Amino acid sequence: MRNRFYDTVTDLLDTHPRLTVVLADIGIERLRDAERRHPDRVVNVGIREQAMVGVAGGLALTGMRPVVHTYAPFLVERAYEQVKLDLGHQDVGALLVSTGASHDAAEEGRTHQAPADVALMAALPGWTVHAPGHPAELEQLVRRAADTDERVYVRMSTRANASARTADGRVQLVRDGTGPLVLAVGPVLDDVLAACAGLPVRVAWTATPHPLDAAGLRAAAGDEQRVAVVEPYLAGTSAAAVAEAFADRPVRAVHVGVRRDVEVRRYGTPADHDAVHGLDPTGIRRRVATLLR
Amino acid sequence: MTTTTSADRRLSGPSRPGTSRPPELLRLLALARGDEKHDPSVPSTLDVLWVLYDAVLAVSPDRVADPDRDRFLLSKGHAPAAFYAVLVAKGFVPESWLEAGLGAAGSRLGHHPDRVLVPGVEIGSGSLGHGLPLAVGAALGLRAQRRDARVVVLVGDAELDEGSNAEAIAVAGRLGLDRLSCVVIDNDSASHGWPGGIGTRFAVEGWEQRQVDGHDHRALRDALSGSGSGRPRVVVARTVAKNPCVATARREALA
Repeated sequence: MRNRFYDTVTDLLDTHPRLTVVLADIGIERLRDAERRHPDRVVNVGIREQAMVGVAGGLALTGMRPVVHTYAPFLVERAYEQVKLDLGHQDVGALLVSTGASHDAAEEGRTHQAPADVALMAALPGWTVHAPGHPAELEQLVRRAADTDERVYVRMSTRANASARTADGRVQLVRDGTGPLVLAVGPVLDDVLAACAGLPVRVAWTATPHPLDAAGLRAAAGDEQRVAVVEPYLAGTSAAAVAEAFADRPVRAVHVGVRRDVEVRRYGTPADHDAVHGLDPTGIRRRVATLLR
Repeated sequence: MTTTTSADRRLSGPSRPGTSRPPELLRLLALARGDEKHDPSVPSTLDVLWVLYDAVLAVSPDRVADPDRDRFLLSKGHAPAAFYAVLVAKGFVPESWLEAGLGAAGSRLGHHPDRVLVPGVEIGSGSLGHGLPLAVGAALGLRAQRRDARVVVLVGDAELDEGSNAEAIAVAGRLGLDRLSCVVIDNDSASHGWPGGIGTRFAVEGWEQRQVDGHDHRALRDALSGSGSGRPRVVVARTVAKNPCVATARREALA
């Protein structure tokens, strides 16, 4: 997914004269060719994330279209006030693209993990948050955002589904049936389908957790009053949006995501961490099954 | 106001060389009520702001959306009464907005300025340490568009405590942003001071530095005009801190 991002912005720099990539060292080696062709529109500020987002705001104030990229914790958490003030408060837009979703960087430890990124971005006015589940979806989302001046956050992941879907912002029904609705966000769809094999549930998917497509969610749920959301970031990130979508009727909702109650002080693989959080097929199935009792 | 009060004399400081604030500006300043707690820091920026808008910046009310206008970014968004008074004096903002009271419900003029609410205001500011990185980005954007417009950002000496400024100072110097100028209002507010001088911290990163009396209009105009070749410029403007003259001007204007 990450390589697809570098290839896509390299291409967009040639075709979009306002597009400017702002980096804090991460990714610059993969954009050297683009930097040579467009030295004024590939800006590496060094390991200075506050300046990176501030510079993006200043660029946007002059009519440029900034694309800002680094590791998720340094982009969203370290520079959060810059995201809030230098973009949102200035009423300008930017496309922020992070790498290292949740515990993708399990071996690096907590410093390189930001599972709260979706919740933090969704807490600021005017942002759209995408969690693509396939490199082709990432490319769709980046190309679409490049054509606008909107505030868009895309969280890339090393995890992906086997095949791409159309990342159009909507909640799409993937497996019809009766029983509870299970909504998979982004790259967890294949795991959710595996987890739900043989269970009387229907499965929907979206690459856009914020703003959540409430109409699509209601349509996928039909008359059902049981919903599970499998969100590969802070558990409950979409709880308020789900509650609002079903404000007119009682709905039991289960949110499967990164645990809020513990810092997982271990290394290993992303799959190891999935198991700790109950985000592996076994854990997902166990949580979905609670809706069937 | 056609008569000169004793408050005007204190504000305009007739004993200081090259200094002449127009009486109209002082009358407008007296109207900008509602943020009195910040009064002591108002006079430290008044002269710099007046000189910028009167004699330096290529910007006017009919050019607020002109992509080639010069940009002024007030990073130190505290005590904006002086900024608002200058914007009214230069026709960006109607005088009636001042009369509504700074920070009042329904007023477009708050204790920190909001670019969305006030024509001619280039950035919303208040939280310190945001203007300089934004100015670096604006200078980069203008350079990418091959525009000659200048970017001038005003910060305070205490504001430089915020580490985001250090990031921006290094980036601007290294990228040779010669259409960028930073005015540092130095009224000795930084709790731990700046041993070796404020200008040194910019110079070591590749900036051209100027030191100037922040109340001397002629010296300010000279220091703020033009730009360095291949290098951004810092203008350290020494000003008088804790000056009670605004409150005095208000009392006398209302008497």
